[in-house]
Amino acid sequence: MKFSTLTKAVAGGVAFSALMAGAAFADAALVYDGGGKFDKSFNEAAYNGAEMFKAAGGAYQDLEISGDAMREQAIRQFASRGNNPIVMPGFSWETALKTVAPEFPDTKFTIIDTVVDLPNVQSVVFKEQEGSYLVGILAAMKSESGKIGVVPAFNFDLLEAFACGYAQGAKSVKPDIQVLETYVGTGFEAFNDPGKATEVAKSQLDQGVDVVFQVAGGAGAGVLQAAADAGKFGIGVDSNQNHLHPGSVLTSMVKRVDVATYNAMKGVEDGTWKPGVIVLGLAEDGVGAAFDDNNASLITDDMKAAVEKATADIISGAVTVHDFRTDKACPSL
Amino acid sequence: MESYLVDITLILDSTVRLAVPLILACLAGLYSERAGIVDIGLEGKLLAGAFAAAAMSAVTGSAWLGLLAGIGAALMFSGIHGLASINFKGNQTISGVALNFLAAGLTTFLGQSWFKRGGYTPQLSGDQRFNPITLPFANELREVPIFGQIYWELISGHNIITYFAFIAVPVTAWVLFRTRFGLRLRAVGENPKAIDTAGISVTLLRYQALIITAVLVGIGGAYLSIAQSAGFNNNMSAGRGYIALAALIFAKWRPGPALLVCLMFGFLDAVQFRIQGQVFPIIGEVPVQAIQALPYVLTVILLAGFIGRAVAPKASGIPYTKER
Repeated sequence: MKFSTLTKAVAGGVAFSALMAGAAFADAALVYDGGGKFDKSFNEAAYNGAEMFKAAGGAYQDLEISGDAMREQAIRQFASRGNNPIVMPGFSWETALKTVAPEFPDTKFTIIDTVVDLPNVQSVVFKEQEGSYLVGILAAMKSESGKIGVVPAFNFDLLEAFACGYAQGAKSVKPDIQVLETYVGTGFEAFNDPGKATEVAKSQLDQGVDVVFQVAGGAGAGVLQAAADAGKFGIGVDSNQNHLHPGSVLTSMVKRVDVATYNAMKGVEDGTWKPGVIVLGLAEDGVGAAFDDNNASLITDDMKAAVEKATADIISGAVTVHDFRTDKACPSL
Repeated sequence: MESYLVDITLILDSTVRLAVPLILACLAGLYSERAGIVDIGLEGKLLAGAFAAAAMSAVTGSAWLGLLAGIGAALMFSGIHGLASINFKGNQTISGVALNFLAAGLTTFLGQSWFKRGGYTPQLSGDQRFNPITLPFANELREVPIFGQIYWELISGHNIITYFAFIAVPVTAWVLFRTRFGLRLRAVGENPKAIDTAGISVTLLRYQALIITAVLVGIGGAYLSIAQSAGFNNNMSAGRGYIALAALIFAKWRPGPALLVCLMFGFLDAVQFRIQGQVFPIIGEVPVQAIQALPYVLTVILLAGFIGRAVAPKASGIPYTKER
């Protein structure tokens, strides 16, 4: 007797989960890049975008991967379950997406940070160099030593675009400023090594740098920490990181990954989603320098005015910020 | 001249900070390998120690409790390793690798379920971390040329774990080569049968070694998350456990050379950070990849050219079975 109750319960459970699976149909999906959902940076911005979508009445499922081997499997699983669209922030998804997208021609995929040219893929890329140009201006104006630094995770085109825009922005206000660039490591594992990032930042600070721009995702927390410990200034990246060390984080180069994520999910719901390349720069409000209560005391009116002027000049085309990715070279660094 | 001295002192200072986790992990490995237990699991223990330390420190607000938790986590891992490789006579390499996987998964999982930050612990500050200690007279002596600079910058101003690591080296040498326990420890790694015949428990000795290993590597883990950085993040040990093992072989399982090798690894990294993007006389700017490869290239050259044959303790990796 007991046994049959159990059987019923199990059967009920199975039926219920089948129902749930049905309900999940056409939910959006979000898969995070290495570094994880709450990296206070890139992935977290995507998460925030998805949460905005949820608040607006949408539904989504998300997944964190534990290694590169999981990438293909992760998006294939979401696609075969019927999730639509599938949003993946991070250039590391490129290979997996190129394999999986053709298998599901009716599913819509949005990849952020790189371009995948397929009929059912929307690629969102940012003009990181433009936002970095603005924080470069702030760094140069804040610096008293005439030396500023940038710490990318490793030598990689996308990260170089940040560094190059930063240097160009800094030199636009102080032509003789020295910009030091030091890499944390040699590959993706560098994004997870705040210990080394701290040491790299310290090495720059020792050399007289007084403003450091971190372009190292999760490891960047170490850079901001080192700057705060030394009583110098750090600059955050991707998400607004001004709150991490109030009074020490000068500003953050925000990349509206949240907006891109939200737009992709909302676009599918509204039927406005289109494949192709979307480029978000200053004009589209896709990148920018973060101003809030945490850094209000660090930013003078002059600095703010300079940023506003540069923003207007870049949007109008009076100033072009060099994109490292076009010719793999940086004239200002 | 003066500025060169400052540069060199700063690089050496950075060397010390980078070498500390390596020194602790390397000494930890030394105890266990000298006792005949190969410890591939150092990496995992380092990671588990780092996580436990950061988690405890975040919750209680005390770096010291964090340190204890770090040691505790490493002890637990060592316990599993001991159970598998001493009692059940399993393959030590496999059990070590399993521990590494376990640590990587478990820290992320627990971090996520406790703190809901994707495996990160909250940012630590103030008493939650081990902060730099200014040694007596450091500030007064700072103006003294050369010596004052070196004392102030290089010797003073580190956290307590750093000093502990440097003291642990001569202590280890003394324990290993000057005490009865050390003699037995070395013997059990070379010839456990002789130890057994003398009426001393091989199992007990090996467990004692594993406990010392755990304490040292746990402190090393705590250094990563609550002294060097301010919080734990996924896989933050980033291969340091493996580098420590390499350093151990490099040093031929001796504490003094182990210290030097770990300092060398730290120094090469510190120099590498410093000379990236620098313009050299005659050569000009060296590509950054070449500079980043420098530590590895030098390691290979040193290992191939100068070290000679490194012979492991004879019974290392072999579980001890009494003949019946």
